[in-house]
Amino acid sequence: MPRVLLIEDDPSVREGVELGLRRRGHDVRTAATGEDGLAALAEFRPDLLLLDLMLPGMNGVQVCRRVRESSQLPIIMLTARGDDFDVVIGLEAGADDYIVKPARTEVIEARIRAVLRRIEDPGGARPAVEFHGELAVDRAGLTVAKNGEHLALAPSELKLLLHLCASPEQVFSRQQLLEHVWEHSYHGDARLVDACVRRLRNKIEDIPGSPRYIQTLRGFGYRFGPLC
Amino acid sequence: MLISGLRTRLVLAFLLVAAVGCGTTAALTYREARNAILEQAQDTAVSSFRDQIQELHLNLPPNNEQMQGMVRGLARQGKPRNWWVYVEYGSVRISSGTNPTSTVITPELRRQARGTPHGSFQRVVKNGEPYLTVVVPVVFKTAQTGTGGQTVRPTGLTFYAVMQLTDEQANIDAMVVAARDGALPALAIALVPALLAARSVLRPVRDLRQAARSLGRGRLDTRIPVKGGGELSELARTFNESTAALERSVDELQRAEARARRFASDVSHELRTPLAGMLAVTELLDEDAAGLDPDTAAAVRLISNETGKLAVLVEDLMEISRFDARAAELNTDEVDAAETIRRTLQSRHWTDPAEIVLDLPDGIRARLDPRRFDVVIANLVGNALRHGRPPVTVGLRAESLAQDPADGAGGVALWLVTEVADRGPGIPPDVLPHVFDRFYKADQARTRSAGSGLGLAITLENVRLHGGTVRAANGPDGGAVFAVEIPLTASEVTA
Repeated sequence: MPRVLLIEDDPSVREGVELGLRRRGHDVRTAATGEDGLAALAEFRPDLLLLDLMLPGMNGVQVCRRVRESSQLPIIMLTARGDDFDVVIGLEAGADDYIVKPARTEVIEARIRAVLRRIEDPGGARPAVEFHGELAVDRAGLTVAKNGEHLALAPSELKLLLHLCASPEQVFSRQQLLEHVWEHSYHGDARLVDACVRRLRNKIEDIPGSPRYIQTLRGFGYRFGPLC
Repeated sequence: MLISGLRTRLVLAFLLVAAVGCGTTAALTYREARNAILEQAQDTAVSSFRDQIQELHLNLPPNNEQMQGMVRGLARQGKPRNWWVYVEYGSVRISSGTNPTSTVITPELRRQARGTPHGSFQRVVKNGEPYLTVVVPVVFKTAQTGTGGQTVRPTGLTFYAVMQLTDEQANIDAMVVAARDGALPALAIALVPALLAARSVLRPVRDLRQAARSLGRGRLDTRIPVKGGGELSELARTFNESTAALERSVDELQRAEARARRFASDVSHELRTPLAGMLAVTELLDEDAAGLDPDTAAAVRLISNETGKLAVLVEDLMEISRFDARAAELNTDEVDAAETIRRTLQSRHWTDPAEIVLDLPDGIRARLDPRRFDVVIANLVGNALRHGRPPVTVGLRAESLAQDPADGAGGVALWLVTEVADRGPGIPPDVLPHVFDRFYKADQARTRSAGSGLGLAITLENVRLHGGTVRAANGPDGGAVFAVEIPLTASEVTA
């Protein structure tokens, strides 16, 4: 079962979530502050980070940025709805998903599973490595390189790229992407998609302002290519 | 025509006063001058005619030649102008003109001639020509012995003089023309001070109107500059005092309301953290309840259930607080409206065709916040399933509706209309105006509804955030009908 590091300052939430997840068989380590959490990271080597946004001292967004400097560890933010602004900042900082508190353990666990799930291989006689322009996408090894240089993509970014480039030039609405990549309901928060697209463009596009790979179709959604 | 403009009324009143002034002056002057002219003419005529007749030497009864001579003599001495002279004696009629008698002499004058031995006169207008007619009867005067008085006896001989007053009339006409020619420019000149006065009176009125309008737009800090004294500045001062008082009380109300809302928001926030911990362990309680003794198990399940409801209630309270604080954001996306509704129903497993009848044409694309629209549809359908009777009909259409005239354009715009209707008993008329109220309980005996009591209030707020409206009504064959109207732009229908 996945190893989860929970960084949460409120003792009751920390204890409740820990109890719930542990009951479902997760190996849970908790930390009350961002600093403690970062320290536990190296030693505990979790599969996923559950991160409260409102932390005393170093806040969740700062922790998220610090983690992303060196690692593509899946990160789910814990937030209170209404802290809309924080959600956007957290997503821009590299979080893969977020959960609104209060949440039942089954919801938290479903989200953890979704983020950790590997994107389903479209199967068939595809080559191990696909080339799209300067991008080399290795579906088996789950790596992406541009001009031979390895790109560090967070889990949500990688899944989004794999999903889009599996059907080049096909348009996906943001609701569809939310369902397929994030396993959210159709009516989820489309800002997840937008923030992830922005981050992905910063990593794979030559000019993020005029993208070649991830193109926007105003009013409809996103598509991969066409590359010309 | 109704004259409603204050400026027009002021100018008209001013002109009316000027006209009455001019007219009265002119009329009085005219009357006095006319009288003076006419009196002078008639006095001269009457007195000279009488004098001349008194100087006549008469033998009675006069013969015709003698009278003919007298008439000719008198006609030559007309004063101040020529006159025609007529004499009557019994049935004898003699004149200086061609006709023996004049048509201008009225029976009334003849009557007067008998009553007044000194003679009398009358002004007559005949065929538009003014005439002066004078009558002098010839009388005997005999001194009465003893009394020193005189007795007067008529001789039956009566002299008439008829004089044209054309020249006098011309003078009088000239005066009328002069009065008119003087009054009209005077009126025209009066227009200038009238306009000036109207302007100076109307400026504070205009200021007041602008200030009142600005006040109506919600600018409660509107004040009017107060200049000098007088009624209008008194009015301005009163206006300022009233707006200041209004601003103070509105401020106070707003502060109180903001405090109340912040309190509700703070309470929900504070409740959320302990709830987050509790909600995370409810599953654990549910699972383990089976192994506990029955009472403890029931208690544990109760806590678990109520924690879940409390979490929904707090979440709804938070949502309402955000609307109240205007912190609710609309994250719109262009979506297919029918697809969005279908997904909402699917995700809640409301797919039984015996319960839900769909009338959802594809191809209507709308800019919606999918999450908020999902809440709207889910609340309305959930409400219909809970309180109404199946089947619940969900209909969708794009419709041209007259725009709210308050929006300014007043034209016709395209709206996305979503209708949710059930076959239940409908909503009682006394409840209908309150269905969107927070925590409104249609049945006072029912202590708590299945939902948080905020569902329809949140629905209303979500629709408003989209710039739309939601209405509740009863359908023609019973059953509640909720209609959600959200504005579309014309380009958004592609079907």
